[in-house]
Amino acid sequence: MSIDMEQFHQVFFEESFECLDAMETGLLNLDMGAVDSEEINTIFRAAHSIKGGSGTFGFDNVAAYTHVMETLLDEMRDGRRDVTQQAVEVLLGSVDCLREMLNAIEAKEPVDESRVAEHKKSLETELNSAQSTTDESESTPVVQEAVTPEPTVAASIEASVLASPVVWDIKFVPHEDLLVTGNDPVRMFRELAELGELDVTINLEGLPDNLDGLNPEFCYLAWDLVLTADVGKDEIDDVFAWVEDECDLSIVLRDPVVVPLNNTDDTQALVLPEIVAPVQEVIAAAEEITEPEPTEESVEITDETTVIVAPKEKSAEKKKAASHTASIRVDTGKIDGLINMVGELVIIQSMLSLAGENFSTDNLDRLKLGLSQLERHTRELQESVMNIRMLPINFVFSRFPRLVHDLSLKLEKKIELKLVGENTEVDKTVIEMISDPLVHLVRNSLDHGIEIPEERLKKGKPETGSITLAAYHRGGNIVIEVKDDGKGLNKEVLRQKAIEKGLIADNAILTDKQIYHLIFMAGFSTAEKLTDVSGRGVGMDVVRRNIQELGGSVEIDSELGVGSTMSISLPLTLAILDGQSITVGDETYIIPLSAIVESMNMEEGQINHVVGKGEAFLLHGEYLPIIRLHEIFNITSVKSSNLIEGTVVVVDGLDGSRCGLFVDELLGQQQVVIKSLEKNYRSIDGISSATILGDGSVALILDIPGLIKLSNQ
Amino acid sequence: MTTILAVDDSASMRQMVNFTLKGAGYTVVDAVDGDDALIKAQEQVFDCIVTDVNMPNKDGITLIRDLRAIPDYKFTPMLMLTTESGMEKKQQGKAAGATGWIVKPFNPDQLLKTIKKVLG
Repeated sequence: MSIDMEQFHQVFFEESFECLDAMETGLLNLDMGAVDSEEINTIFRAAHSIKGGSGTFGFDNVAAYTHVMETLLDEMRDGRRDVTQQAVEVLLGSVDCLREMLNAIEAKEPVDESRVAEHKKSLETELNSAQSTTDESESTPVVQEAVTPEPTVAASIEASVLASPVVWDIKFVPHEDLLVTGNDPVRMFRELAELGELDVTINLEGLPDNLDGLNPEFCYLAWDLVLTADVGKDEIDDVFAWVEDECDLSIVLRDPVVVPLNNTDDTQALVLPEIVAPVQEVIAAAEEITEPEPTEESVEITDETTVIVAPKEKSAEKKKAASHTASIRVDTGKIDGLINMVGELVIIQSMLSLAGENFSTDNLDRLKLGLSQLERHTRELQESVMNIRMLPINFVFSRFPRLVHDLSLKLEKKIELKLVGENTEVDKTVIEMISDPLVHLVRNSLDHGIEIPEERLKKGKPETGSITLAAYHRGGNIVIEVKDDGKGLNKEVLRQKAIEKGLIADNAILTDKQIYHLIFMAGFSTAEKLTDVSGRGVGMDVVRRNIQELGGSVEIDSELGVGSTMSISLPLTLAILDGQSITVGDETYIIPLSAIVESMNMEEGQINHVVGKGEAFLLHGEYLPIIRLHEIFNITSVKSSNLIEGTVVVVDGLDGSRCGLFVDELLGQQQVVIKSLEKNYRSIDGISSATILGDGSVALILDIPGLIKLSNQ
Repeated sequence: MTTILAVDDSASMRQMVNFTLKGAGYTVVDAVDGDDALIKAQEQVFDCIVTDVNMPNKDGITLIRDLRAIPDYKFTPMLMLTTESGMEKKQQGKAAGATGWIVKPFNPDQLLKTIKKVLG
């Protein structure tokens, strides 16, 4: 049977990257003072797994490389080698190197052999360093005791091959417990018979005299075998390899000159001639009692594995998308839940069709019941399907320990990274897109936030700074926080810098929030000197834009000298949105529920006309501009053009600005499935996407920040 | 119908073993570690067990020892997937009741040959 091994490569790469992540995490967690053996074991297992897989799937260079790592780890695991910081750094470097190798192989690109050789050399240097307390005799595998030392067998076979057939006398005396390891003498005879002609003679001497003493699980039989086959002893040894400790075995080459072919006359006294049977008979008998051969139909049995394969695009180095299959790994529990729910739907469907077939007003109640159940199950099904796309945020968080480890070494800072809520689940797309902005924020905290140890001590802070990455759910959003206990943002410095750069007027009145948000403006950097870690003045604006593209927002909270917190708020999913439908004239629009602060009916006294700036109204002591949607979208069929007639929906822009949207009427709140405008039409200012309503008509979903920007123009 | 329980913590190895054995007409059930395997082995009786050695939660050798203690599995062929270097493991495995081993890396043909050897 020939099997295309390439079909398994995808999974192999995916799990190898996972193993590398596990190794990295494990290595970073190692405490030099008190090494946790389970941790080492986990790292070892990961290396072992990659080695096994790469060998099997034909990536020999990866297997060879991992072998060196595995050996080093094995010595650490067995306590034969101390775990040193240096060794850990070398292993971390090897993890990177392996990752590069696998990335290259996956992308079908050449591996950078010189880099690999360099890394392998440092690994080998580490392995051969005096550190190892290996006792040579310990590391040598236990040599199997040869049953019959036969140094000249090979030579004698060769010599005899031409002259006469090669005949082997095999004396096989199983120990009583041979059968309880699942081994079967018939299986071994069958295998020997494949090598050549085999005569089997049973030896019943070991049988107990009376049946009372017979243990049905024991093997009391022994066999004398004569194999006429042009094979070496090692091939016969192979057949008995699994049972060599469970039997007495002698394999002797019969002298070709003395013993004629197939001569079984010189059987020993113990052998009963009448039960000498050709092996074919033994096998035929055995086959009757063994299970039938697997049938062809069984090939069609569907795959029971429920692991759906997913490439994890999380390595920062992986810049170009290789020929990736977009797939996702799903917990089997989730899939079982789905199947269960589909089952429920089928039941309801048949219930409804029954009610429809014999419809009369009598079974109206049943119809209603069915419909309400259908509604419930559809909602549950929808939630479950969305849930399939949800992955723990740890997919992103897990890369940070390494990042912080490397950067703190580089910046000579002491930093402890805390991860909170790693298991919070979020949509796969969000996971993919939030990674880079988050890296930027963490780098920023490391570089600009946390002070160097001396400075911290001077300020009376602990020498080791802390960065906390936290994720939690709030409403329909996931909030990701990057919190540090560094120097905090200096409002005055920020303000001066913004004025210097001409980003704000020197008399501008800004709230704290607005001042902090200055750091997100393009070309803003307050670092006294640029480092290669962060601080080139590009990036933070990109961070904010990325987050906004995901429909999220970012908040900054900071206290000078105490620390800063950046909170990113993102929708849980990008496929479904909780919306409020509103009407303006004949049109229906959807406002994202997350943007709505409140809605109200205006009274005459609340409205102010500001020259050059349009209308504004007072809400909780703050003047908010009013945006008339019908003016923006040029709708003529509008019902109410007087502000006191319609409704004003107060909405929140992403940067803290609020405004009132003037609409005709509020309809209901509902979950809507988002359909991209860009994919189907083109992007439009003030509109983020579209959806299809229950009656089949299309409604546009408003983009609040875009609308505010549009109305300001 | 001959059913085989294939135990490996590596998804790619599991997939390869599963695919190979199914292709040869066997019914295959996967397990991700020793714990998972032990549960599955009690839900139905398998004709053969193929297990990796190094696994989290419960390793292959402990799994074999645990299975051998169950009457249904007293004589069942149990093969372990092990690396060439692991002679020590082979002996530990034998002591725990393993029937034999398949040395990694192996290709599908080698796997099938060995399986056919024990299942006939």
